[in-house]
Amino acid sequence: MKSFTYTIQDELGIHARPAGLLAKAVGAHKSTVVIDSGAKKADAKRLMAVMSLGVKKGDIVTVTVEGEDEDVAAAAIEEFFRTNL
Amino acid sequence: MIVKEGRSVFKGVATGRIFVYRKAQTAVSREQVTDTAAELERYENAKRKALDQLKGLYEKALRDVGEEEAMIFDVHQMLLDDPDYNDSIHSIIENDRMNAEYAVFMTGEQLAAMFLNMDNEYMRGRAADVKDISERVMSILNGAQTDPEAMPEPVIVLAEDLAPSETVQFDKSKILAIVTQKGSANSHTAILARTMNIPSLVMTDIEPDLAYQGRRAVVDGFAGLLYIDPDEETMARMIEKKGGADAKRALLQEMKGKESVTKGGKHIHLYSNIGSVEDVDAVLENDSEGIGLFRSEFLYLGCDDYPDEELQFEAYRTVLSRMGGRKVIIRTLDIGADKQIDYFNLPKEENPALGFRAIHICLTREDVFRTQLRALLRASVYGALAIMFPMIISVKEVVRIRRLVEEVRLELERENIRVGEFELGIMIETPAAALISDQLAPLVDFFSIGSNDLTQYTLAIDRQNPSLDDFFDPHHEAVLRLIQTTCENAHRHGAWCGICGELGADMEMTAKFIQMGIDELSVSPGCTLELRKRIREC
Repeated sequence: MKSFTYTIQDELGIHARPAGLLAKAVGAHKSTVVIDSGAKKADAKRLMAVMSLGVKKGDIVTVTVEGEDEDVAAAAIEEFFRTNL
Repeated sequence: MIVKEGRSVFKGVATGRIFVYRKAQTAVSREQVTDTAAELERYENAKRKALDQLKGLYEKALRDVGEEEAMIFDVHQMLLDDPDYNDSIHSIIENDRMNAEYAVFMTGEQLAAMFLNMDNEYMRGRAADVKDISERVMSILNGAQTDPEAMPEPVIVLAEDLAPSETVQFDKSKILAIVTQKGSANSHTAILARTMNIPSLVMTDIEPDLAYQGRRAVVDGFAGLLYIDPDEETMARMIEKKGGADAKRALLQEMKGKESVTKGGKHIHLYSNIGSVEDVDAVLENDSEGIGLFRSEFLYLGCDDYPDEELQFEAYRTVLSRMGGRKVIIRTLDIGADKQIDYFNLPKEENPALGFRAIHICLTREDVFRTQLRALLRASVYGALAIMFPMIISVKEVVRIRRLVEEVRLELERENIRVGEFELGIMIETPAAALISDQLAPLVDFFSIGSNDLTQYTLAIDRQNPSLDDFFDPHHEAVLRLIQTTCENAHRHGAWCGICGELGADMEMTAKFIQMGIDELSVSPGCTLELRKRIREC
């Protein structure tokens, strides 16, 4: 299992479009990706569940990646956060 | 051959195929199903169609308005593909054995409620998106037809009635004529038809039944008749009639380039009423001398959220630049009453014509008003701008508006943004404003009389109620006296006075208006040349 923490920079937090793009990005890998906002967790493939975390700018999330391609997947997802969120 | 009768709102003839426009049913049926596999397939097919539509809308928006506006359709596709959304629908169909419409409706409501309960304004706003995608799927499931662009060639649109938010979505090059079962001679469908110069009927004795889909038809806007599957003889007669109408139009072309001057030598400013940026084509095509009424509502009707300053600025700038120094009078937001916009969240009213609308919304929601004023003032450097405020009833309002405009001007100057010259005027469309026009005139550069509302409010006759059409009399002595008073008071205080309502295009009244001293007439672009001809005869 791999994990990283990330502080959200986007003004709107994890909003609809990046959440949708994230679901697509995660779909490209075999690993399961879970976002933990501290209060709640959500499967990153589930757009509405991720949105319902209500993560705002400045919030810190912990992302865990687990599965056969977790090394590659974790690197890709971390990169995704840096670029889009 | 089927013949149906309606009330014509634009004289002309159109031949083509029928497109039946059907909006989604508002009531959702709740039914038990036995074949859940078939019901699941109905859902999956509808979803696939909805995704295709959204993809098309995304591409169209990308071409027409740009990436930022298009994004919403991309997000809608993603939401529609969301596993939780789909799991819930599948579960309601499979486990509860319910019909697909109900499953989609319930899922949409539940997820929308989840978003509405979040303590984050942006996320609460997403509830509308979830409902929107569900409505799209439900429309497909119950056979609604809302996209005339799906038709390969231009069509005659047949609908029960059309709201401004619906017509604004139409690609106007795809519409030959509009026939509605409801509506009235003064409805927005009628105004749209006149702006676009398309033969149209309202209050037509026909149901928008899907059985008419794709059938050949003729709309005769002279006689107020709709022919479905016309026989050869009728077709030949109509083609001749269309030729006559086209020939008359050709004759009017001679009026292009001529001045709008009366026999007595008085020059009348002959301007056009428009409702969108693309209407400028028709204005230039008909050699109009300016724009006397640019209804800014379309910017708000065409959006899912408040249009920002940049979007508005671009629209105003485009119109001003395209008009190349000719006057452009932009009316600030006039919604409420018969024009409703979801995201304003205005409560339903018992009596909307006398309700929360136009300047009263703007003066209550100052943030919305300021955004529009900033965009307008920024655009002022690109042409001859005039700003006009609707539904004024008091001196106090005008004083407050002038102060707001001044504040916005100073704010822009502080930001080093250039503001050009512009005129300020008000609509005279309430008896109150007409009666105190002596007090209002010193505060403005001009008056523009909105005859439709002035008639409605003077006579207390609802212009949207078709059973009152016979009593809606814009020639009523009371209305004419108010116009006369307004015009005299404007001139006494150095302001000019125009008419931008339907009455401006009433050729029977042209001589009377000129005699009253009216300086400007603003009409649908399609009426410009005919009115110029009439002015030259007065």
